[in-house]
Amino acid sequence: MNKIMYSGAEILLKSLVKEGVKEIFGYPGGVVLPLYDALYLQNDIKHYLVRHEQAAVHAAEGYARATGCAGVAVVTSGPGACNTITGLANAYYDGTPLVLITGQVNSKLIGGDAFQEADIVGITRSCCKHNYLVKDVKDLARIIKEAFYIASTGKKGPVVVDIPVDIFNAKYEFNYPKNVKLAGYNPNYKGHPLQIQKALNTLFESKRPVIISGGGVVASNAHKELKELAVKLHIPVVHTLMGSGTYPDDLETSLGMMGMHGKYCANLAVSNADVIFAIGTRFSDRITGSLKHFARDAQVIHIDIDPCSISKNVKASIPIVGDVKNVLSAMLQELAKSHHKINTELKDKWFAEISQWKKKTAVIQKNSGKLSAITVLTTIYEYTKKDEPIITTEVGQHQMWCAQNFKFNKPRKLITSGGLGTMGFGFPASMGACVAEKGKYVINIAGDGSIQMNIQELMTCIDYKFKVINCIINNGYLGMVRQWQEKIYNKHYSQTKISSPDFVTLAESYGALGIRVQKEEQIIPALKQAIEFDGPVLIDFICDSFEMVYPWVLAGEPIDKVLLSREEG
Amino acid sequence: MTVNHTISVLVTNEVGVLSRIVDLFSGRGYNIESLTAAPALDNIYSRVTIVTAGDDDVIEQICKQLNRLIPVIKVANISVGEAIEYEIGLIKVAVSDTNRAEFLNIIAQANAKIMDVSDKVYTVKIDGTQKDVQTFTELVRQYGIKEFVRSGKIAITKNNQFSNFKKTNQN
Repeated sequence: MNKIMYSGAEILLKSLVKEGVKEIFGYPGGVVLPLYDALYLQNDIKHYLVRHEQAAVHAAEGYARATGCAGVAVVTSGPGACNTITGLANAYYDGTPLVLITGQVNSKLIGGDAFQEADIVGITRSCCKHNYLVKDVKDLARIIKEAFYIASTGKKGPVVVDIPVDIFNAKYEFNYPKNVKLAGYNPNYKGHPLQIQKALNTLFESKRPVIISGGGVVASNAHKELKELAVKLHIPVVHTLMGSGTYPDDLETSLGMMGMHGKYCANLAVSNADVIFAIGTRFSDRITGSLKHFARDAQVIHIDIDPCSISKNVKASIPIVGDVKNVLSAMLQELAKSHHKINTELKDKWFAEISQWKKKTAVIQKNSGKLSAITVLTTIYEYTKKDEPIITTEVGQHQMWCAQNFKFNKPRKLITSGGLGTMGFGFPASMGACVAEKGKYVINIAGDGSIQMNIQELMTCIDYKFKVINCIINNGYLGMVRQWQEKIYNKHYSQTKISSPDFVTLAESYGALGIRVQKEEQIIPALKQAIEFDGPVLIDFICDSFEMVYPWVLAGEPIDKVLLSREEG
Repeated sequence: MTVNHTISVLVTNEVGVLSRIVDLFSGRGYNIESLTAAPALDNIYSRVTIVTAGDDDVIEQICKQLNRLIPVIKVANISVGEAIEYEIGLIKVAVSDTNRAEFLNIIAQANAKIMDVSDKVYTVKIDGTQKDVQTFTELVRQYGIKEFVRSGKIAITKNNQFSNFKKTNQN
């Protein structure tokens, strides 16, 4: 019997369909022509044409973080592939599952400095979880299967599959493998039962415990288990930036975000805890501050799927390698069996102490009479919270003000660049979130610096009627860097004053809606108009140039050394 | 305390696997003292032996990071237990008529082997531990070393236990 033969391009698309992929982001080019031809001839997968390859990867990441499914991006060889590096590094840092397909020059030309050739497997090695160069069409389906498996299991991350043009054209039958066999890759999902027991006992006996909830709780969809355990054990919860929404901010036991710009009470609770229960966090320097001073007197229980995260920065006394949801469920089961009575009196004493710290918050800043960014953001939050839109952000002051002033009661509602801190991430990521949300509006909180890093994506938004409401906190400066210059570099505002185009007419030239807001009473009408508009919007909020992000722990300082206002020195 | 460790890594024998390992070391600022790589008994695997320096926490991170690489199957820090370690030095030494007898005596005493003799130059092989190679090199240095080539270290545990650092269950 003759088997049906397919081209490599067809095999790739069929494999994507098998993986449940319906939407991809990409940009065509010479060596991916066979793939784009195959795309043209099918209806299973919708391709979104972006305006820059970096945006394709960020959009795929936005999609992945909104849905939990691997995002997919397709680009051509050489420059196309090189433009994806920032996107890959961002996804690698924040543990986002995605598969990037890069075209490659003809396999017979590799190494010969062909037109648009780049050693993309070599270049991306340190910024993705794994990568492949497909050398035989027979391996293609297996490699795609492995790529999705690696991307979306263990500590999730991006996987690159580099496919030469002749492989796209070569013919082979299509057999999608059912299973993946990788001798060197067996993520550990179940936590060690003895460690789990030890962790529970330690938490039972603790007097001043605190839970740090990180991005791993989002990745593992473990927010329900986290809430149940925290409530049952009567333990306060702080979260990292990546852990926003994993524990409802509305709850009394939620102390909010910790770290460099975290809440005073969150940082104080962690600093004074006797037991820190860290869940799905890698203890980045942005949350630990000075490692020497971090949690001096605390025992650290640390759950993470990635063994490398454990005892890398903060030594764990009870390490538990495993999937957060799996481990927390096991802990809940053990708890149900246990006869231990929680000493609520002791814990109430701890909560009383914390409630004193809760009273200390950042001091409201006087400003020039221009809009306060914090007022703008709290108004946006209050006005839109009933719709529970996904919020994406760029990177800088606006990002921190957003994290501080929006309340996130569900995971996957804040999509922001955590580890890499990528300016230009938010806008394209919001497009991915739009695809995931299917018509609902998405808000991108941006700065006047960041928005200009991927502003070209306005056209993509017009093409596909993405309802992205870009709220630009326009203060005329690269505000976060300016803030550091003010405090640490004697107000030498070196290269941080930044000019912008007229965002209103810019938006209009793309066919988008542009609105300028200069007064408080204009904020809500602008938002109303933006939400009603069927397409992308730029709202240019002209804000005070010198507003600062507080609380603020200076880099390298202990996290309980919190500055709450400019006057504090 | 920073001490040398020998880490034995079993990997799938595929293109680029050595680059992944080397990139990991350079990218994260770890040091490679020596590195050897060759196919394992079964050709689908390769064995990479790396000598590196660091305190216990660093070595633990190195082992974990190596394990994180997809083609890495097993990582063993074999300097912890008892192991047989071996390396080879090939040395070209200039020898004159006046010191030939003395030189040959050192060769015999050190258990080195003459591999090639030509006009005024002896090529000798010394093998053993890193210290053996080092000591011999110092001994013959006085005659004038023309060229010196040294393998990295290979090592194997003495008993039948292989790994003290498995891929999974790193609790």
